[in-house]
Amino acid sequence: MKVLLSWLNEFADFGDDVDKLAEEMTALGMPVEETITAGTKVPGVVVAQVLRTERHPDAEKVHRVYLTTDGSNELHVWCGAFNMKAGDKIPLATLGTKMPDGREILRRGILGIDSEGMCCSAKELELNDDHGGILILPPGLSLGADVFEALGVTTDTIFDLDLTRNRPDCWGHMGVARDLAARLRRSFGADVSGESSHPEHILPVEIVDDESCGRFTATVVKNIRVTQSPQWLQDRIARSGMRPINNIVDASNYVMLERNQPTHAYDLRSVESGFRVRFAKSGETIVTLDGATRELHSTDIVIANGSDVPVGLGGVMGGLDSEVVESTTAIALEVAWFPADAVLQSAARHGLRSEASARFERGADAWGLESAAWRFIEILRLTCPDLEVHGSPQATLNATCPPQSSPVLVRLSQVARILGVPLSAGQVADLIEPIGFRCSGEGSEVSVAIPSWRPDSSTEIDIIEEIARHYGYESLGKSVPNSTVHGRLSLVQQRRRLVHSILTEGGWSEAMPNPFLDPAASQLAGVDDSAQLALVNPLVAEESVLRVSLRPGLLRAVAYNQSHRVDDVHLYEVGHVYPRGSGTLPDEEEILCVMSVDEANGELVALRSWSLLVDALGFGAQIDTKSTPGGYHPGRSATLRRGKQVIGAMGEISPVVLKRHGIVGRVSCLELSLSVVLREEPKAVAARPVSRFPSSDIDLAFVAPDSVAAADLHRAVKSAAGNLAVSLELFDVYRGKGVTEGSRSLAYRLRLQAPDRTLTDDEVAGIRQKCIAAAEKTGAKLR
Amino acid sequence: MRNDISAAVDAALAEIAAASSSSALAALTGGLVGKKSPLGQLKSKLGSVADVDERKAIGQSLNEALLRVEAAIATKRADCEAAEIEAQMAAEGIDLTERIRPSRRGRTHLVTQATQRLEDVFVGLGFQVAEGPEVESDFYNFEALNMPKSHPARSMWDTLFVESAEPGSVVLRTHTSPVQIRVMQEWAPPIYAVMPGRVFRRDTPDATHMPVFHQIEGLVIDRNITFRDLAGTIEAFTKAFFGAEFTSRLRPSYFPFTEPSAEFDIRRANGSWIELGGCGMVHPDVLRAGGLDPEEWSGFAFGFGIDRMAKERHSIDDIREMYTNDLRFLRQFS
Repeated sequence: MKVLLSWLNEFADFGDDVDKLAEEMTALGMPVEETITAGTKVPGVVVAQVLRTERHPDAEKVHRVYLTTDGSNELHVWCGAFNMKAGDKIPLATLGTKMPDGREILRRGILGIDSEGMCCSAKELELNDDHGGILILPPGLSLGADVFEALGVTTDTIFDLDLTRNRPDCWGHMGVARDLAARLRRSFGADVSGESSHPEHILPVEIVDDESCGRFTATVVKNIRVTQSPQWLQDRIARSGMRPINNIVDASNYVMLERNQPTHAYDLRSVESGFRVRFAKSGETIVTLDGATRELHSTDIVIANGSDVPVGLGGVMGGLDSEVVESTTAIALEVAWFPADAVLQSAARHGLRSEASARFERGADAWGLESAAWRFIEILRLTCPDLEVHGSPQATLNATCPPQSSPVLVRLSQVARILGVPLSAGQVADLIEPIGFRCSGEGSEVSVAIPSWRPDSSTEIDIIEEIARHYGYESLGKSVPNSTVHGRLSLVQQRRRLVHSILTEGGWSEAMPNPFLDPAASQLAGVDDSAQLALVNPLVAEESVLRVSLRPGLLRAVAYNQSHRVDDVHLYEVGHVYPRGSGTLPDEEEILCVMSVDEANGELVALRSWSLLVDALGFGAQIDTKSTPGGYHPGRSATLRRGKQVIGAMGEISPVVLKRHGIVGRVSCLELSLSVVLREEPKAVAARPVSRFPSSDIDLAFVAPDSVAAADLHRAVKSAAGNLAVSLELFDVYRGKGVTEGSRSLAYRLRLQAPDRTLTDDEVAGIRQKCIAAAEKTGAKLR
Repeated sequence: MRNDISAAVDAALAEIAAASSSSALAALTGGLVGKKSPLGQLKSKLGSVADVDERKAIGQSLNEALLRVEAAIATKRADCEAAEIEAQMAAEGIDLTERIRPSRRGRTHLVTQATQRLEDVFVGLGFQVAEGPEVESDFYNFEALNMPKSHPARSMWDTLFVESAEPGSVVLRTHTSPVQIRVMQEWAPPIYAVMPGRVFRRDTPDATHMPVFHQIEGLVIDRNITFRDLAGTIEAFTKAFFGAEFTSRLRPSYFPFTEPSAEFDIRRANGSWIELGGCGMVHPDVLRAGGLDPEEWSGFAFGFGIDRMAKERHSIDDIREMYTNDLRFLRQFS
């Protein structure tokens, strides 16, 4: 919302300390995003008349304009705009003029012919945003005169406010001024009234559907003439971001910009029969002011004339047929209050969010209609001094009209409890009465009547906010609560941090791929997508489903890095997946995925993280090498399970998947459900004294077919060794000469030790035999 | 015999002196002091000296001779070893700078780094850390936050919807505020919690916006919590996180779930302001939605973006850069 200082000053004396005012508005919750000085005069720009224009055969984008600024001497200017003709008066920036953008007008030549100045658009002079061509001036201006003087351009300061949606009243200068005057303790005046001095000409008004309109006034004004508004008024409208049209439309927009109250003037001829306000009938259409034919819906608000012909789309836009035209001499002025929801829906449905609809949507003042009508007449009288008002605005209303003021009880104890500052009834009244909240009551409770222009305010807490705002947030002070709670991270959070440090220490960096995927991305990665959920309104098709695995995202990240000549790729992600669940919400799960581009030595680098994680987090899982997780290499992968529950997977990514992603080399991966493993708190381990007796080592090499998992063999040997086993380590894996094809040699070192004695040779030999027997049961043979 | 002894000693000392290394010396030792050495052989002949006194005297000088030779060996050995270690050290110098390998340590993502820093500051201020789902029901994301269906304030966020049996009932959370409601329902007050997490908006990515980004939310619910406590907590956080030279201010704003509502700004030492986030006193309707009696409990909430903190801290021009997963980018930040 753009607010002009000159306009604010009409309601109270705010002076001209722009920075201070900007600061105060910000402190009131109307932050000033920008302060702009408008209408700064540009010395050297004068009124010139076009004598003739001429094309040059070698210049395509510019033409030659011959001008005079004194009626006798001829000036020559090159110009890139072609909208002027001989006789037109235009602004000419003479040589040496400093333009607002900093350019200086110099005698510059094109094709060896000098230009003796520059023809200016309205935008170049910062008069308004019109850059469609050179500004054509009114014909009456005298040649050679300063353009700004001749036009009567005013200077002003524009505050660009970033308003919140709870302050509809501030969508008019009056509301901003009221708030600001209260804060600065200035007296504020906004009353406007008038009287009808001509025979009453009352149009019949019927609100057919109560829900379509709460309050409606119609006023007949005659003996008017459609013309231009005064320059200062046009300036104000343009500087507020709208376009000046004619005195009638401008008066309507002026009132709206001032009082946040849309109004609409109909040519009296089209509504002589009166007004019927109702919802649209099915099949009904209307041609709106913008020329579009609109099919109406049963929730659109229709303003129809007495013959029930639609003349306007209520709260949104008027109809073309009832528009004020040059021949108009009498108007019917509609000032009404429409319900926010209906206008919002109607504007949205027709894609027609007008300045008016935006204001009704936020909530207008149902009881400001009459003063808005009088203000309209006051403004119109500036250009039509002989206008006649045929009867004061009379309101038709129904039960859907909001009350003029609604009382709310405010407990002073509650004010103190929320704001932390005790205030008396008198202090409360001092703070909020200047913004129209009427207070009564002296004791511990104040009855506050909320003004009709504050539809956002309806409860005790709303009023407490107003009290705080006008007391000043900064003045309320600062304190720190006395907490009895101890700050800490939960177990899951502490363990998650451990995961991050283990992986980064191990050389992996954390990636954050997009959780939205292309619908085909899961399948490309070999991930089962049957539980994949789609977004209803995605931004782009490539990001239109929710991931069910972190793998597709990391595979893309690996491919991206490889294609940018980063070969040493080790990434991980901790993130959520969102597969369809049985309830309303997906079965959201937190997953860890570790991915590495492996080196040529055959090591699956991502698997290093497995032992690090198991060791640090103290959890376990079965490494099921028999079932291949989707998208992995069938001979080089395993499913991680706890009985039937799958908690992850690891191994090498299938070469098929790698090829689809354009990844070269081999990639290893580990996936683990953090939702499962982070929640488990490892039990504190009871200390076992380290034995002081000597230990004995046994080396055992087995030949085991590839179908026997090393982990199974390990488990069998360890369990056969019993509780004298201190450690069992796989120290060599050998394939090749001397070992049958399809098998490999696995060499283990078993360390035995008793807590209370030196082991005898016989004992050691006995354990060795047990281990061999257990190993052979799995299908391995002692080498 | 005495002459023989002194000759043997002289010969032995000469040999010792001539030894060139500790190993050469070790090889000599047996031949100088062993049984077969000249002195050793003289010792074995000692029994043939008939006169007792004479035998005693010669025995004594033999022992003295052996001690002399042994001492000479020990001295020579120490000298040789010292010289040898010196020589070894002199010979095997290396260039350490050639041996230092770059670290292969990975990096956590900038967002994780910022989140952890924030969590640590809040834990220090007495807060716990809460989490919630990223896909949320309409109830938690809007309705419980004082935005019933068709509430105009819902349009403050461009919401991404997830397919569901009841259309529009499941959303990607547009803010971390739904966790407030979950915490109120699941924990008993007093509550001092921060809630970091991923949030989603239907925003086209540009230099300052991503459709997927991160926020941290704070919630305090206790008896007699006031607006002053909100301002004081924001100030304490500002100083703890940014530094003692920073200050904060609150200015009125609007959020459906807080009232009074405020924006909070941080003031740098040079006087310039940074808009950080939104905050306010928890709205009575929100307390009710969380199952708490607003006449018994009061509280405040605040929230701000994490990505922006990382962006500011590391002078990143384009926030999209943080999400390319380019290791050349990620590895810069330790």
